[in-house]
Amino acid sequence: MSNLSSAERSTAPASPLLSVKQLRVDLPVAKGTLHAVRGIDFHVERGEMLCLVGESGCGKSMTSLALMGLLPRKAQINADCLNFDGVDLLTVSERERSNLRGSRMAMIFQEPMTALNPAYTLGNQLCEALRRHQRVSRKAAHDRALYLLKRVGISAAEERMRQYPHQLSGGLRQRVMIAMALMCEPDLIIADEPTTALDVTIQAQILHLLRDLQQEFGTAVIFITHDLGVVARIADRVAVMYAGEVIETASAQALFHAPSHPYTQGLLRCIPTPGKTLPGSRLQAIPGVVPSLIDKVEGCAFCNRCDQADQLCHTTPPLQTVAGGHLSRCHFAHLLANPATIHAQEVTL
Amino acid sequence: MSSAATPRDPYALELCALSKTFKLGGSMLHKSRTLKAVNNVSLRVPRGQVMGLVGESGCGKSTLAKILLGLTPPSAGDVLINGKAIINANQKALARHIQPIFQDPYSSLNPRQRIAQIVGLPLRIHAIGTPKEQAVKVEEMLDMVGLPKRAAQQYPGQMSGGQRQRVAIARALIMRPDLVICDEPTSALDVSVQAQILNLLLDLKDEFGLTYLFISHDLAVVEHLADRLAVMYLGQIVEEGTREQIFTAPRHPYTQALLASALTPEPGLGVPDIGLGAGQPDPTQPPSGCAFHPRCPVAQPTCSQQEPKLSAIPQASGSAASQGNQARVACHFA
Amino acid sequence: MANILSPQVAAEQHLVTNWQSRLFRSTLNNRSLALGLMIITSLGIIALLAPWLAPHDPYLQNTANRMVPPFWHETGSWTHPLGTDRLGRDYLSRLIYGTRISLFIGIVVALISGLIGTTLGVLAGYFGGRVDAVVSYLLTTRLAMPVVLVALAMASLIGGSMLTVTLLLGLLLWDRFAVVARSATLQLRDAEYVQAARALGCPLPYILLREVLPNIAGALIVVATLEVANAILLEATLSFLGMGVQPPLPSWGLMIAEGKAYMFFQPWVITIPGSALFVLVLAINLLGDGLRDLSAPGGRNE
Repeated sequence: MSNLSSAERSTAPASPLLSVKQLRVDLPVAKGTLHAVRGIDFHVERGEMLCLVGESGCGKSMTSLALMGLLPRKAQINADCLNFDGVDLLTVSERERSNLRGSRMAMIFQEPMTALNPAYTLGNQLCEALRRHQRVSRKAAHDRALYLLKRVGISAAEERMRQYPHQLSGGLRQRVMIAMALMCEPDLIIADEPTTALDVTIQAQILHLLRDLQQEFGTAVIFITHDLGVVARIADRVAVMYAGEVIETASAQALFHAPSHPYTQGLLRCIPTPGKTLPGSRLQAIPGVVPSLIDKVEGCAFCNRCDQADQLCHTTPPLQTVAGGHLSRCHFAHLLANPATIHAQEVTL
Repeated sequence: MSSAATPRDPYALELCALSKTFKLGGSMLHKSRTLKAVNNVSLRVPRGQVMGLVGESGCGKSTLAKILLGLTPPSAGDVLINGKAIINANQKALARHIQPIFQDPYSSLNPRQRIAQIVGLPLRIHAIGTPKEQAVKVEEMLDMVGLPKRAAQQYPGQMSGGQRQRVAIARALIMRPDLVICDEPTSALDVSVQAQILNLLLDLKDEFGLTYLFISHDLAVVEHLADRLAVMYLGQIVEEGTREQIFTAPRHPYTQALLASALTPEPGLGVPDIGLGAGQPDPTQPPSGCAFHPRCPVAQPTCSQQEPKLSAIPQASGSAASQGNQARVACHFA
Repeated sequence: MANILSPQVAAEQHLVTNWQSRLFRSTLNNRSLALGLMIITSLGIIALLAPWLAPHDPYLQNTANRMVPPFWHETGSWTHPLGTDRLGRDYLSRLIYGTRISLFIGIVVALISGLIGTTLGVLAGYFGGRVDAVVSYLLTTRLAMPVVLVALAMASLIGGSMLTVTLLLGLLLWDRFAVVARSATLQLRDAEYVQAARALGCPLPYILLREVLPNIAGALIVVATLEVANAILLEATLSFLGMGVQPPLPSWGLMIAEGKAYMFFQPWVITIPGSALFVLVLAINLLGDGLRDLSAPGGRNE
């Protein structure tokens, strides 16, 4: 049980690697202000795989950009606490931040072609990633690049080092991106939908690799995705986002077996799952659409789509503890967590 | 009208040895290369069923859809709709029988036209009814796909992805075609919206007696929707059968790998190690013999020399297999 | 409680409402666009109302009143605010009537060349293959010709006149239209809505005119504004060289040419039509730049 071991490690007195409290990101748009991230709390332990999951526009990518300091210039960022291993990311200078980026925090993007420079060879870019942050010889950098390329499963690594990004297929490019992210042995990797653009068989291979390497190097990973299937298979812990808020946080087991927020429950019900949904039957869709985040959202953001909403839901629900480490932003979280009502429970038993 | 076509032919769609070859590059200095996007594909889709077509990017499934829609002519082979050949048929006549629903609801609707114009376009082009009758029909159709009346006067830019996909469905179905080519209709949508659209597709299929060719890479969606399934790899069909046959007892190693790599939301199972080699082959230089052999975990020497034929799997049980649920696979060791 | 509205309404608030209001708002936000638009509108009004605005007949010669300086000179007078030329014609009136010629030639040339270039470009982009090869050949041939030289040669063969200049420039300035239309169409050719229209059996003219053209119009309008400026400058050049608009028509280029003998002692003869030309071309370019900013993908998400 990998998630147990990392959970145990996290109980050590050391503070979490990354802690985020009340992070807000506001973007000025033509019609006012888009509240892309509306006060989210989460933390990442050392060596843990945290999945941020949510649908488009829920603020998950904005969160990752805020952590990396890559938000558009006009975006406004606020937080009570944005602490990365003792460094306050809100007040850090631009120079320190760019030192941090690449060496202690690395990012893997959805489309590796945009993140790799088409004008340089892969070997050049890999070595540069290391030599920018550490005083190492060309030879040492080259050796490490070669080792990592082999480690991410690229055959004929020597040859690949001399190639340019466009000479590689999408799957290989994503492997190179992973190697590049690992060059400086960062403490945290933020992976923003790294496998969404890939075919399913390649996706499985890349995820397998990422999970292996993450455990081998003890790197913490924030994995951003909209795919619950991926989340279930790789996450230690999961944070579900909806309309700019984290609405549920739990270990992967708890989230899928005892979801305690109506949105999470709805999501799990509406994906066709072999053995759970009858082929050709109607799926239980979530009606309606996500509220606009341009205006101030009052009360529970999900209440206009929730079949269990009542008067109380017009007030903002607090993040409540359902069980140890399992938080839900729903007034009725305790009722919902009752396993007898949980749909997912039936199959896994 | 067309939906009431004489049902003498049990197949809504038949592909006979269909091939499409593209010439790539080719200038004064470079030799042109040929890409066999679709290579000798034969397939029959029974009326009123959903035929799932799965495969990875570049396997030729989108080219196949284009040929069926009359957007590109095949290099060889025949396409029969309701038993009639459509190659070189009049595009308008073809359009009455077969309509597409595309993947990206953001690019499938003209941003400069109102929804009423977009949905009513088929009626105008085919001169069906007076403008007043057309407007009534558009309204009916919008209602059927679950859009409010006022949507008719909106532009696509004012709608969400799910609503746009409903508009695309309304446009495809307003002339009551027999066959709808769904090219990844939900892969650009969020999961909660995907469920709404899948429900709608299923409802409309029953209501209009449609036949779907459902192209997707999402196996969970295909398993939910499809009655039959064809798996494509590098332009060829490597396995075909009913949903049960494919999902419970896949014969081809590629199908097995595809199924293994589909990640269902079940925690604790981890990511399977599917044992495929890293790279996909270059489709302009397909491997010799079985196209899958360089990635195949169980490949034998013969696989690189002999090309396996897509042949019927002998039915294990004594039950006389009607042609309807005959399964086929292209592997020496299936 | 904004979020308790119906889901659709909420979704729409999230999305951009309609492009007209967006255009209006961003026009105000974009200063160069607003300035360019303002100048061009006023020049357009001046051109339209020339007979009422001009204080004198622009063709009326008065040899007794030759080379009267403008009002700011000691010897200037308000009867001829901008003075008179060597034949004693009122300079302001000629300038006002000249606006008509410049704008007319600019716009008609842009229309003719736009029609040629867009047709060629759209066909090349949509069909590709051999059509594209032919159009590309025409385009390179055209680009290999120096516009001024060819126009001069042709005009001297046919004889310069306003009609000749307009037609010649219209036949010569289509290259940018063709390039832009071709690349924009190339991107749209595989757009799913174009595919959907083809799958419906829409006739080709419908697809090109209704599905493709409206969606590349933005880029073409930007090119058109720049070509208007280009045509106006070329007309002035040709007229200056004596092969364009012929006297006694009051073209600005011709006014400069006629004044060049006096430019050292009466510089205003040149600077007045020169400044007018400068302001008009600047305004058109400001407008073009502003439009390009608006139609750029980044500007839309602001």
